[in-house]
Amino acid sequence: MVTEIEREIDRSKMQVSDEVAIQITNMNKWYGAFHVLKDINLTVNRGERIVVCGPSGSGKSTLIRCINRLEVHQEGSIIVDGTELSSDLKNIDKIRSEVGMCFQHFNLFPHLTILENCTLAPIWVRNVPKKEAEETAMHFLEKVKIPEQADKYPGQLSGGQQQRVAIARSLCMKPRIMLFDEPTSALDPEMISEVLDTMIELAEEGMTMIVVTHEMGFARKVANRVIFMDAGQIVEENEPEQFFTNPQSERTQLFLSQILGH
Amino acid sequence: MSDQSYVRTEMLGEKPPPSSQVGVVKWVMENLFSSIPNAIMTIVSVWVVYYILSGILPWAFQSSWNATSLHGCRAYIAETYGEGVEGACWAVINERWQQLLFGFYPKELYWRPVVTLVLMFVAISPVLFTSVPRKIMLFSVIYPFLAFWLLWGGSIWLPIVAFLGLVIAFLAIVYLPAIVGSLFATIGAGLLPILFWIVIAGPIIDGLNGIAPIGIEGVDSDQMGGFMISIIIGVSGIALSLPIGILLALGRQSPLFIVKTICVGFIEFIRGVPLITLLFVASVLLNYFLPPGTNFDLILRVIIMVTFFAAAYMAEVIRGGLAALPKGQYEAADALGLDYWKATRLIIMPQALKISIPNIVSNFIGLFKDTTLVSIIGLLDPMGLARAIPADQNWNGIVWEIYVFIALLFWIFTFSMSRYSMYLERKLATGH
Repeated sequence: MVTEIEREIDRSKMQVSDEVAIQITNMNKWYGAFHVLKDINLTVNRGERIVVCGPSGSGKSTLIRCINRLEVHQEGSIIVDGTELSSDLKNIDKIRSEVGMCFQHFNLFPHLTILENCTLAPIWVRNVPKKEAEETAMHFLEKVKIPEQADKYPGQLSGGQQQRVAIARSLCMKPRIMLFDEPTSALDPEMISEVLDTMIELAEEGMTMIVVTHEMGFARKVANRVIFMDAGQIVEENEPEQFFTNPQSERTQLFLSQILGH
Repeated sequence: MSDQSYVRTEMLGEKPPPSSQVGVVKWVMENLFSSIPNAIMTIVSVWVVYYILSGILPWAFQSSWNATSLHGCRAYIAETYGEGVEGACWAVINERWQQLLFGFYPKELYWRPVVTLVLMFVAISPVLFTSVPRKIMLFSVIYPFLAFWLLWGGSIWLPIVAFLGLVIAFLAIVYLPAIVGSLFATIGAGLLPILFWIVIAGPIIDGLNGIAPIGIEGVDSDQMGGFMISIIIGVSGIALSLPIGILLALGRQSPLFIVKTICVGFIEFIRGVPLITLLFVASVLLNYFLPPGTNFDLILRVIIMVTFFAAAYMAEVIRGGLAALPKGQYEAADALGLDYWKATRLIIMPQALKISIPNIVSNFIGLFKDTTLVSIIGLLDPMGLARAIPADQNWNGIVWEIYVFIALLFWIFTFSMSRYSMYLERKLATGH
């Protein structure tokens, strides 16, 4: 799970500001009787790059899915960009259009071309004129280095290309926060680095990111904080250097030895 | 070891394949005689086809086209092809084809259903083919009202005022959300036109008729019949059942308990009873429920029942398509900030409908053929006429010829539908 990241990372714009982007306080969530997230407290400042890791079933995906309310939490509060997530549909739509999300299985719309995938939300949610939306889309497709695929359908692209389209699609909404839910887990090893590269570029521009991943190379080089979760709780939280060289909890040590050991 | 190494110094050119691998010989060898059992099957099949055709073809071609009765036919066939030859009496079709197509519609007004049919193809063209200019869509919206007026005739104000109801619904959808919110706007768009039709439309039509009595000769429902009635009921049922089916399928998945219960109840009830009972309800019972004095056209009543019936099945077909969509599609749409209706319209439905195309079209075909059941409640559709025509003394004893003709008419329509569905599937394939 360690894809070597060879490039030098430009840290000039990677600055963490004092402004709070996401504030999660005493959040609890249950699936029926099963307590998936226990008393989560997390503050994310603008410009932070947070990697969330942990064994499967530890609740890390559920946590970030709560942030744009793909999952509903039952207790505590989540405030994104000053707006509290409640059952008020207006707030939810507002937050969702501010927060971009990339999924493990890309979830591109297979019946639309790459370009249409990218322009759909700006046109229908933000009422951007079609021409302008297409220009923006091409800009971001160039950024993820696949402008030549614009007229193809998702089914004709490789996994790595699809994930980069998914990133471009989110960026077209000009989000202030990006959530990544295991963006490289469904990819062949040689495609992982092209997606990680795209994510690094995004980080270099100062995007606030929360990334659920097992890619420890990415965590070490890009993240400014690593969060380790187990059994629905945040077990350890530290700077990457400290986290990898000097993990405090036994559970973290075990996890790291398993994931880095081979 | 060195004597085992091999390096190619010269690349080989291409040679033509052996004669057993090209053209007719190859096709026959591969498809008809690829093994001994296949060869036997081929010979047996050829014999069966020959046997059937040798029975049918002489019957179909040693026939009579000009006669005024079955006796005339038989006499002509005996004279031309010899005693004891069994031949078809196509003369009955020759004499009665207009009736089989139009029922008892006044002869001098045949042009009206014909124009309606031609305009129908214009109206559905933008729905069927994306290359047709989108502006024709506007005509598709007006068409049902125009078709009604052309077929039934009467005052022009009735279809125009009825169309106004649709305009009201459209205005409500566009302008009300800003005033009362989207939920009440949707309810308003449903209720306002109904109120308009029930309460205001009648006096307006009467008033307009008083001022400017413009219209064409009216034709009653009981004068209509033949294949025309199959098309009227079939096409209306198809056009109405798809949108209603979509709404029912969505309603069935709705988290809103009452909406869900109503949809499930409707679907399960309608699917649970035979179409023929619904048709009897339309022909007999519905009049008891309607206010006394209302003369609600029988064909319209049948269309409503056929639509309900087809919509319930359609809902289940579409639900299958919805269930086949990965959950990720809903999540991606949500994550981009699309609201429920936009996500449904732009992401979910296009994919769910595409998955369901083969099933939707076979439902349409089934519905179209089921329209023949209306003969049981006394409408003279082709099947009804197929029983009525032999009752004529001249044609007493005729059976096959009429049914062959009816089968051919239905087959042309259903076969086009099935070919269109294959075309659509190919066109929408996006390589996944």
